[in-house]
Amino acid sequence: MAASIWQWANPVKFIRLSDRLIPPLSILTAICLCTGLIWGFFLTPDDARQGASVKILFVHVPSALMAINAWLMMLFTSLIWIIRRHHVSAFAAKAAAPIGVTMTVIALVTGAIWGKPIWGTYWVWDPRLTSFLILFLFYLGYLALWAAIEDDDTAADLTSILCLVGSVFALLSRYAVLFWSQGLHQPATFSADKETNISNVFWYPAVLCMAGFVLLFVTLVLVGCQTEIRARRGRALLMREGRLT
Amino acid sequence: MIALLVRDIQLALRAGGGLGLGLAFFLILTTLVPFGVGADRQLLGAIAPGILWLGALLSCLLSLDRLFALDFEDGSLDLIATSPIPLEGVVLVKALSHWLTTGLPLVLGSAPLGLMLHLPAHGFGWMILSLLIGTPALSMIGCFGAALCVGVKRGGLLLSLLVLPLYIPTLIFGADVARRGATGMSVETPLLLLGGISLAAIALIPLAAAACLRVNLR
Amino acid sequence: MMPDLGKYTFEVLACYGITLVSIFVLTGITVLRARRAKQVLSDIETRVKEVRHAD
Repeated sequence: MAASIWQWANPVKFIRLSDRLIPPLSILTAICLCTGLIWGFFLTPDDARQGASVKILFVHVPSALMAINAWLMMLFTSLIWIIRRHHVSAFAAKAAAPIGVTMTVIALVTGAIWGKPIWGTYWVWDPRLTSFLILFLFYLGYLALWAAIEDDDTAADLTSILCLVGSVFALLSRYAVLFWSQGLHQPATFSADKETNISNVFWYPAVLCMAGFVLLFVTLVLVGCQTEIRARRGRALLMREGRLT
Repeated sequence: MIALLVRDIQLALRAGGGLGLGLAFFLILTTLVPFGVGADRQLLGAIAPGILWLGALLSCLLSLDRLFALDFEDGSLDLIATSPIPLEGVVLVKALSHWLTTGLPLVLGSAPLGLMLHLPAHGFGWMILSLLIGTPALSMIGCFGAALCVGVKRGGLLLSLLVLPLYIPTLIFGADVARRGATGMSVETPLLLLGGISLAAIALIPLAAAACLRVNLR
Repeated sequence: MMPDLGKYTFEVLACYGITLVSIFVLTGITVLRARRAKQVLSDIETRVKEVRHAD
């Protein structure tokens, strides 16, 4: 097993690999985001029902997608940290959280602005909207726990456990909210998740934007991991130096 | 385990143990609600189940940070951890004592407070039943939060930030039972789901909380 | 050049603006922190080397 995926768990190897990956990835991210957003903004027709406001789709849907995927990725890396104790995995979870919370905010805010002309209100306690708000709260708690604990390994352990338990409760909340708002509100007037409802004119730029957001996320997580590895190496060296002098 | 339970309850009963504190907070909160939303009988009756559930939830939160923190600071948590009782059992006992000293008084106190908020007469039974089933879950989940934050200095605010989102499903189903009961609708579905959450919390949370304690005691 | 957004001009522009600003801020903070970490680490490494040579 010379080329096992676990070899990248070695921080030195990880830095070497990510140093090689980051430049092409950032260029690809820029290309995807620029083309997708410009295509979506300038070159798509107005929707029959929603007019020009349909252009918001190209920032709303990718950010909502990444808000959920970032949490899933954190869950995955937390599991790897708990089971195999690879530090890079814990760093990746730590690096993903701020990005995830930003994406959640973007999705919530653009959704609210979009909702005003289409639904006539900035906010409804619709299951999907409420679930996103709850996801945001979980992100806040996770970030606060990272910030509160000084010791790195303790913080990584506790946040991983919180991420696992939080995931269970987030899922539970999702179904509880579905149950709670049943019959109280009209179903989502417009669902962008049903790809079959979207004609190709909107679908292609939307895919480009989603790819751009995914690439952006990957690049930023790689950079964040590098930062964390360097910061920890610096601290370790300082401690050893303290003994030298 | 029984000795530990007795010790915790005795500590809570002693002055400054916080037994009356949660109940007093519950009372104050309920007193403040009419000042905030007006004393209209109909309105109060309609929101009473939700207010009582929210009040119970917040009062539960109030006494959580001392659940492990005091034992952690004076070192008795280390002693308890090295005792033959598994840490999961310790968590269970701690949660049970928290429920007996906080949850149960809240359940009993909710009846007179419901009277003050003009809760419809046929809603009382469901209200108390839903709290009786739901508060163990609140204690268990709070226990997990307390175990997470035990090593954090001044972790009270962090604890609420962590625990409150976890309370969402319990609150939704619990308040739904109480609301449906008050308006005379069928309560079976949310009641069963609430019971499910409580049982699952009692079964699974000790594992997670004990893992947190082990990390914090390292 | 500028597409006609009709009565949704403000909404669409606000959404794109907020998204772009958030992404730029996020990227900026990440890159800045990465640079600083790199700088700090290289400082520490050179100092450690100096101390070793002094022995």
